[in-house]
Amino acid sequence: MASPSLANPAPFDPDARMPAVEWMKRNLFKNAFQSVLTIIVSFAIMSLAWLLFRWGVLDAVFVTNDPQVCREAAGACWAVIGVKHRPMLFGLYPYEEHWRLVLMIVVYLATVVISLWPRFWNLRILVPLWIASVTAITVLMFGGVFGLRYVPSNDWGGLPLTIILFTGTVLIGMPVAVLLALGRRSPLPFARGISVIFIECLRGVPLITILFVAVNVFPLFLPQGMEVNKLLRITVGIAIFFACYQAEVIRGGLQAVPRGQYEAAASINLSYWQTTRRIILPQAMRIALPSITNHIVAAMKNTSFVIIIGLFDILTATSAVMQDPLWRRYYIEAYLFIAFIYLFFGYALSRYARQVEKWINIGRI
Amino acid sequence: MQDHYHAAPTGRNKPRSLHDLLYSKAIRTTFYQVLMAVAICALGLFLYNNVVDNLTRQNIATGFSFLGQVSNFEIGEKLIPYTPRSTYLNALMVGLVNTLVVSAAGIIIATVVGFMVGIARVSGNWMLERLALTYVEIVRNVPVILQAIFWIVVLRNLPPPKNAFVLGEFGFLTNRGLYFAAPASTPVHFWMWLALAFGIVACIIGTVAARRYREVTGRYVDMLLPGLALILGLPFLVWLVAGAPTEISYPVPKGFNYVGGVSISPEFTALLIGISMYASGFIAEIVRSGIQATPKGQVEAARAIALKPRFIMRYVILPQAMRVIVPPLTSQYVSLIKNSSIAVVVGYPDLVNIGNTMMNQTGQAVEAIAVMMIVYLGISLTASLVMNLFNRFVAIKER
Amino acid sequence: MKDLTKVFHSGVASATLAVMLLSVAPAAAESGDTIKAIIARGELLCGVHPSRPGFAAPDDKGNWAGFEADYCRALAAVVFGDATKVRFVALSSQQRFPGIQSGEVDVLARNVSATMGRDVSLGLNFTPPIFYTGTGFLVHVDSGIEKLEDLDGATICMAPGSTTEQNIASLFSARGMSYTPIVIEDNKQLVANYVEGRCDALAKDKAALPGVRAIDTENPEEHKMLPGIFSKEPLAMAVRQGDDHWYDLVKWTVYATFVGEEMGVSQANVDEMLQSPDPDVQIMLGVTGDLGEKMGVSQDWAYQAIKQVGNYEDIYLRHFGPGTPIELDRDLNQQWVDGGILYGFPIK
Repeated sequence: MASPSLANPAPFDPDARMPAVEWMKRNLFKNAFQSVLTIIVSFAIMSLAWLLFRWGVLDAVFVTNDPQVCREAAGACWAVIGVKHRPMLFGLYPYEEHWRLVLMIVVYLATVVISLWPRFWNLRILVPLWIASVTAITVLMFGGVFGLRYVPSNDWGGLPLTIILFTGTVLIGMPVAVLLALGRRSPLPFARGISVIFIECLRGVPLITILFVAVNVFPLFLPQGMEVNKLLRITVGIAIFFACYQAEVIRGGLQAVPRGQYEAAASINLSYWQTTRRIILPQAMRIALPSITNHIVAAMKNTSFVIIIGLFDILTATSAVMQDPLWRRYYIEAYLFIAFIYLFFGYALSRYARQVEKWINIGRI
Repeated sequence: MQDHYHAAPTGRNKPRSLHDLLYSKAIRTTFYQVLMAVAICALGLFLYNNVVDNLTRQNIATGFSFLGQVSNFEIGEKLIPYTPRSTYLNALMVGLVNTLVVSAAGIIIATVVGFMVGIARVSGNWMLERLALTYVEIVRNVPVILQAIFWIVVLRNLPPPKNAFVLGEFGFLTNRGLYFAAPASTPVHFWMWLALAFGIVACIIGTVAARRYREVTGRYVDMLLPGLALILGLPFLVWLVAGAPTEISYPVPKGFNYVGGVSISPEFTALLIGISMYASGFIAEIVRSGIQATPKGQVEAARAIALKPRFIMRYVILPQAMRVIVPPLTSQYVSLIKNSSIAVVVGYPDLVNIGNTMMNQTGQAVEAIAVMMIVYLGISLTASLVMNLFNRFVAIKER
Repeated sequence: MKDLTKVFHSGVASATLAVMLLSVAPAAAESGDTIKAIIARGELLCGVHPSRPGFAAPDDKGNWAGFEADYCRALAAVVFGDATKVRFVALSSQQRFPGIQSGEVDVLARNVSATMGRDVSLGLNFTPPIFYTGTGFLVHVDSGIEKLEDLDGATICMAPGSTTEQNIASLFSARGMSYTPIVIEDNKQLVANYVEGRCDALAKDKAALPGVRAIDTENPEEHKMLPGIFSKEPLAMAVRQGDDHWYDLVKWTVYATFVGEEMGVSQANVDEMLQSPDPDVQIMLGVTGDLGEKMGVSQDWAYQAIKQVGNYEDIYLRHFGPGTPIELDRDLNQQWVDGGILYGFPIK
């Protein structure tokens, strides 16, 4: 993907033919200006790193149950995470049942890791795997069978809730996105019109207003006596918002599929759906893959918006926990911990996407 | 768009029999569309009926007449006149202005920071590039809401006004906000703003004229200095003519806060930092890819004809980069405006926050949310329109 | 390429499955007859404040405790004869009215002040108030604020759309004073704003302030309440309009707790009171008469409520009495015979 650039430095690679000194000359000390820049930047980085190191490691308190110990220390109080990790990670879920959430996270991560492995990209493996794992997660979360205590979705919280919101968003949102993208490029003017209006209207409003609709207004649109689970309403709300952005990305991919592909499909008399499913979509999705991943990462971050409607995701739980007067002043540590979780998953996801792009480019998939 | 295989000419053949009629593409296409239209209308009608039924059965007030009622709540930050005796519509206007102000400030900051970081990403200095990359990865991957909450908590934990951070006699940094000295308000300021606006317009006209002149005669007129002189000089001239009022209003502690000078609330600051830093990460990447998209040959060619380096940036790289940069930049601006709606979390009285209070007081959730959505839709569409015009301005001119 | 298609297919399949699994969540059949719906569901859905110590707040283990939470339990005891058959639904101030309107909860016991505006435009019916209070202010002791007039020019933290917000606007404009509101939906964030000094005062129902002082601050003695009560806030439970049956049941449950205290029937002695010769007690506890049946519940409805949850005094002392973190004088919330304004209609 290397585009011709004005100033694209060679990556630092000690094994490459370029000796280190030469590399430094080229990328750090090219001329007087660059040298001064390098020195200033290194100085800034080093002093910042030293400050952080002193605060976060040297003067920090790692384990204690006594807030007084933290108060006397000059540095960070990482102990707050140890003390508060359970309400932060699991929210209001009944305390004795937390093991179910740990198990749920393990099941989820295992499923995801398996699904990301190209070796298992086979319908016969993936579908049963996801059915099993979604069933297991549902049972673990709700309970009510096998002697597990019933926990209504109102009481779910923390990291599992974030995971459910995120996964639900992607699983519901992707098919909707594909339909909307196809609709927008449909030969039927009416379908095109509806898709355009739907996509543009939803992209023009903030996610918050969609959440307001899902929580406060949508129940009024249902006939008397009918009720849809609140968590489901919210998930679908985020998913539709996600789908509208994703639809535009997929449309970009669809447009980039060469016209010859359509013509070739037509020449062997494939129907619209056959052409779309077997010829066009797979190519379009591959072209759009980098942007699709970006929006999936965005969907993960967007789950944090539920703090506004009081759903106890990991961020809401943390900010509620940090009101404890004894530990309140260590909010920076707690928020850094949460930020790190988001950073980790976001970064892992984008690295994986880059790997998939590579596989595609070398023709492995 | 419709140029693929569906536009097959089958529709032109006149159907002969019933079978042909049923299987003709035109008929089927129409049939599907009518089906879709009926389904959507039915769904709409169904939902509408449910709402009407639910609201009337439960005796819940409906309609938009509440917008004209007295709001009876105070707003913390207002840039247009408003009291609790004003109407809900006034309150919404206050919220709208606040949304626009924080968005405009956010767009400016995000653009400046984004361009700086983006250029640092391709500076050719390995150290600086790594630093910029780290910044981008962090601000892009941490949810904007978390960033805003983080900053509001940091700002709230600053010292109280009694023992504020003192920045000379010009400013105080407290958990109530940043207070700093500013020129005491005089009517002259109005004329200075007017002069500034006039200067900007004149500068644009001058630039266009200079370009025309160059295109016709081939002679280059540098508009940089005259332009700056117009924009900055005119207000300065007005100030001088008005007798150069130099009175400065200093913030002084009085009562609970400071009086005088200019103040910026922590809520505004936290929201501004949050949304602009988040957006700056994305803008930096857009700028980087824009600059990298300029083919090397273009620069080499420019050098070959001995163009000054300043001109290479201005007339070779930037115009080409802008073409790549502007369209994604538009969507970043729109999403920044929409992200400003998280103000409700930090307590800045933006449109959603006011709308939320209105919804709680009147209980008319459907109408209140509809108002919010329509206003945002309007803002987003306007922003896209403006940026599309700008895009046309920078887009490649095919002659 | 084929595999990618398959991945896509499996995605679609799992999505469909997920939607199906999630939608089987029980849908409440609410056909105008709330009581039937509650019984069919097997639990009462009670809308409570997400975190208001003393009224309703979950402890570390997720168990709800508080004055209003107990009223939810009393209702469950009346309907089911089992006070545990209640599910608490925490509603933010924004969601409380849509929550009751849309049928997400059967009853709202969420620090709602009964006002005419809410009654006539929100489609609600208010029960007799279970707690009389008014707007109060919590201030930092070292701020030197002693009375309402000292708050001129102050920054005040308050919840959006609350009656408090409106009261303060009226209070201050009547006195020609100014203030800057900081309005935050999330109660914890709101309190944090006050505690960390962003606001000079925290305005809430006076009954809620001791809880904030005792639980949310590091040193309670650094905070105090301004003397005086600045508005009328009758906190009442609310139900939807249009189901008189259910409204009656909630109303008489409230009265039963009042009358129970008035007649000296408490959680401790209710079993002995079954033998009481007093005809009024006998009727209330269902020993004689058929009032319970006529209301559509079992004969011993009031007995169950008092036995499992208590009379007004029991409930009050449990959450606001001496020895609790939040000690509150009963003040207006005494029986009419003791100088308060609790006046239970006769149960006979």
